[in-house]
Amino acid sequence: MVAFTVNGVRREVGVDANTPLLWVLREHLKLTGTKFGCGIASCGACTVHIDGQATRSCATPVSTVEGKSVTTIEGLSPDGSHPLQKAWIAEQVPQCGYCQSGQIMQAAELLAHNKSPSREEIVAHMDGNICRCGTYLKIISAIQRASREG
Amino acid sequence: MTKHIDVRTAALSRREFLGSAAGLSLALTVAPDPLAFIDEGLAGTALADAPLVPNVWLTIATDGIITIVSPAAEMGQGTFTTLPAIIADELDADWAKVKPVFPPEWNEKKFGNPGYDNYAFQTSASFATRGYFKAMRVAGAQARRVLIDAVAAKWGVPAAELSTEPSVVVHKATNRRISYGEIATFAKAPAELPKIEDKDLKTPADFRYIGKDLPRVEVPLKVTGAAKYGMDAQVPGMVYAAVLQSPYPGGSPETVDETRARQVPGITDIVKLPEGVGVVGTSVEATQRAKNVLKVTWGDAPGARHDSERALEEFAAIGRDKSREGVPYESVGDAKAAMRSAVKIYRGEYRTRYLYHAQMEPMNATAAVSPDGKSVEIWTGTQGPTNLHNQVARLLGIDRTSITLHQHFLGGGYGRRSQQEVVVDAVRLAKAVGKPVKLIWTREDDVTGGKFRPMTAHHIEAGFDAAGKLVAWHHRVVAESVAAYTSIANGAPPPPVDRVVMKGSPIPQYPIPNKLAEHVIETRGARLAAFRGVGNAYNAFAAESFLDEIAKDRGLDPIAFRLVIAEGQPRMQTLLRAVAEMSDWTRPRDGRGLGVCTMVKDDTLAAGVAEVSVDRATGKVKVHNFWAAIDPGLAVQPRNVAAQTEGSIVYALGHVLREKITIRNGRVLESNYSDYEVTRMSDVPNIAVKVVSTDNPPTGAGEDGVPVVAGAVGNAIAALTGVRLRELPFAPERVRGALGA
Repeated sequence: MVAFTVNGVRREVGVDANTPLLWVLREHLKLTGTKFGCGIASCGACTVHIDGQATRSCATPVSTVEGKSVTTIEGLSPDGSHPLQKAWIAEQVPQCGYCQSGQIMQAAELLAHNKSPSREEIVAHMDGNICRCGTYLKIISAIQRASREG
Repeated sequence: MTKHIDVRTAALSRREFLGSAAGLSLALTVAPDPLAFIDEGLAGTALADAPLVPNVWLTIATDGIITIVSPAAEMGQGTFTTLPAIIADELDADWAKVKPVFPPEWNEKKFGNPGYDNYAFQTSASFATRGYFKAMRVAGAQARRVLIDAVAAKWGVPAAELSTEPSVVVHKATNRRISYGEIATFAKAPAELPKIEDKDLKTPADFRYIGKDLPRVEVPLKVTGAAKYGMDAQVPGMVYAAVLQSPYPGGSPETVDETRARQVPGITDIVKLPEGVGVVGTSVEATQRAKNVLKVTWGDAPGARHDSERALEEFAAIGRDKSREGVPYESVGDAKAAMRSAVKIYRGEYRTRYLYHAQMEPMNATAAVSPDGKSVEIWTGTQGPTNLHNQVARLLGIDRTSITLHQHFLGGGYGRRSQQEVVVDAVRLAKAVGKPVKLIWTREDDVTGGKFRPMTAHHIEAGFDAAGKLVAWHHRVVAESVAAYTSIANGAPPPPVDRVVMKGSPIPQYPIPNKLAEHVIETRGARLAAFRGVGNAYNAFAAESFLDEIAKDRGLDPIAFRLVIAEGQPRMQTLLRAVAEMSDWTRPRDGRGLGVCTMVKDDTLAAGVAEVSVDRATGKVKVHNFWAAIDPGLAVQPRNVAAQTEGSIVYALGHVLREKITIRNGRVLESNYSDYEVTRMSDVPNIAVKVVSTDNPPTGAGEDGVPVVAGAVGNAIAALTGVRLRELPFAPERVRGALGA
């Protein structure tokens, strides 16, 4: 049994200790906003926050989050009103949208530590998140907008 | 199956549709009952009681909510907004009241794409807006007429005195107004619906949504994690499955050692499939772990011996060997005779390699088969509902009407989700274990079981006459047939002509008097599929690289040369001038080179200019700027056209810089994003897109940046370094080798 907090709610799951956090979130807890992309921490679609730190849940054994606080895209804001979510809509970022939960969670970590990142800082922070539809320039614009409009 | 159809056929279909609109059930049948729409994840108001159903395409509830069927797959290209907006415009609906839904039933006669000759539900080849545009305008105009006629009868005024504002019918003479929702409280669609002719449609000046920019309706769902993809399906009682696939097509499992797989806790069933072994269990992680410890030997098949690098050498030699005649694709004049009488002949050879779609959502499907095996429910995101129904019906020996498909958003399509093998395997497994099964491919499964853009070798000849005019063009494409592969996979005979591979090879933007494009079809046993940009991508790379080589030899500026050979094609000339201006083409750059490329795909035109630098020590190519111009006919949603063009440029940049699939001994060597390296944010140049909306029918815009990237980048590298790169990708080691560093 592993116990941890997900989006402010304490959860206990009886799964193998090596089970990736990703599958615990998606299939055991039914929080499907966090996406499976590669399974090897190479694309960023599964990004969640663990104690505030952007982490690839596909390569995180659930046992390592015992007692910690996990935030998924569903818990980033109560009603989709995080400045990044608003900026993502204003810039019409998503195309297929499958990578965007991970993109937003990755970007949220950046803005939490750096209120006004430069373009270079944005690119360096976001380079591990793949968007196959090619929305990268819109992602940059949205992060800059969120930084501006907070 | 991706059904690519000839441009002329499409045009004919549209005319036929228009000419016989009154007789077609497509837009003019009244549904027998108010449609029970399935909300696939779109938040919105539930249908009110007794909605007005003006025709099959929409309902109007008494609260004013207008539910409009959007039949195309939504994979990021925006048709879930664009298609309903076309109906909403002619209906004169208040867009804020419009709620798009996927079709309530997969009946081609009601909702199929009129752009296809069999009205297939097939979202590919940028054919959704193109195919549905006229049908949806007619449907919207017809529904508006139903509303007006109902109000005219109620108020006892001539219909001609009534006009509409968004979701309101107005009688100016008496200053009366009534909302569409109020009309729905009393109106019924007449037994015979009004006939709509061309003159009943809006003129472009009256468009409210067509040609304007609407926010895409599903974007809010995609920033909160609420959007539902096939991967997100949760069905009560479902179990999970993974499949170990044959490494090559046609390989059946011969011996299966399941000892270790059975030892994984949670594994309940191991099922032999025609070209794989399915592992079923109670969790994703258990099935993936068990799949990885299966030991299977595979039956022999031609693909088992395939070696892609060796085959590409063979393809190039075949390209040169003109005794090997190909399948003619399109020809103008007599290219061979004109070549014989040319005073100067150029020859060029180019190569491209297999590419993987790399859509972010690995392939998956969930299926539940009824205990008697006579009906099935499927949850997935597919580009090809018609093909899905056909294949599953054939598999189970049931009628298509016994299949319930729950369409989801697609986590990327690019042609990959036209293929149905994962759905079919999910149905097989669900039937075998008697429970709903969610089959998820890992990324490694998705790469090694990928269906690829074919590798190609191109041999092109161009002949000039004594006056210096380009008079003969002969493009030989040596490649496997994608159309044959997909047809056979779908149980159909292979077509003689492959419109996937050959698209773009006739270069209609350059009206050379004698042209021949031919496909020398080779078979190597690789898995293939349509791929965003289709044949245009590699054919433009070859043709446009070759044109630059010719221009250089003749001392001509690449754009000036293209403007000459595009004489008589003013739409392309406009785009060439646009990208010349956007890029400040004639301004010399220190350490950077410019290159241009054009393409025409199914009547959509595009041109691009790349600005690049090359690190000579490492061979690394950096694209700094990309300027593109696109003419998709009428741009129905211009901002979205620009976004699609920008996205497709980014998509193709990876193909040019690094991406390749290598097959050796029938095995795909690449396995994940770690060794199949797609475009990342740090690769992306500044991109400017000019959308040139023209007074032509909308001809699609989902993929038109793809074909102009490789040629533009290669031409820019040649302009900068003097070295011509004739094969993709322009990986650092290849570039370094070519530069002699």
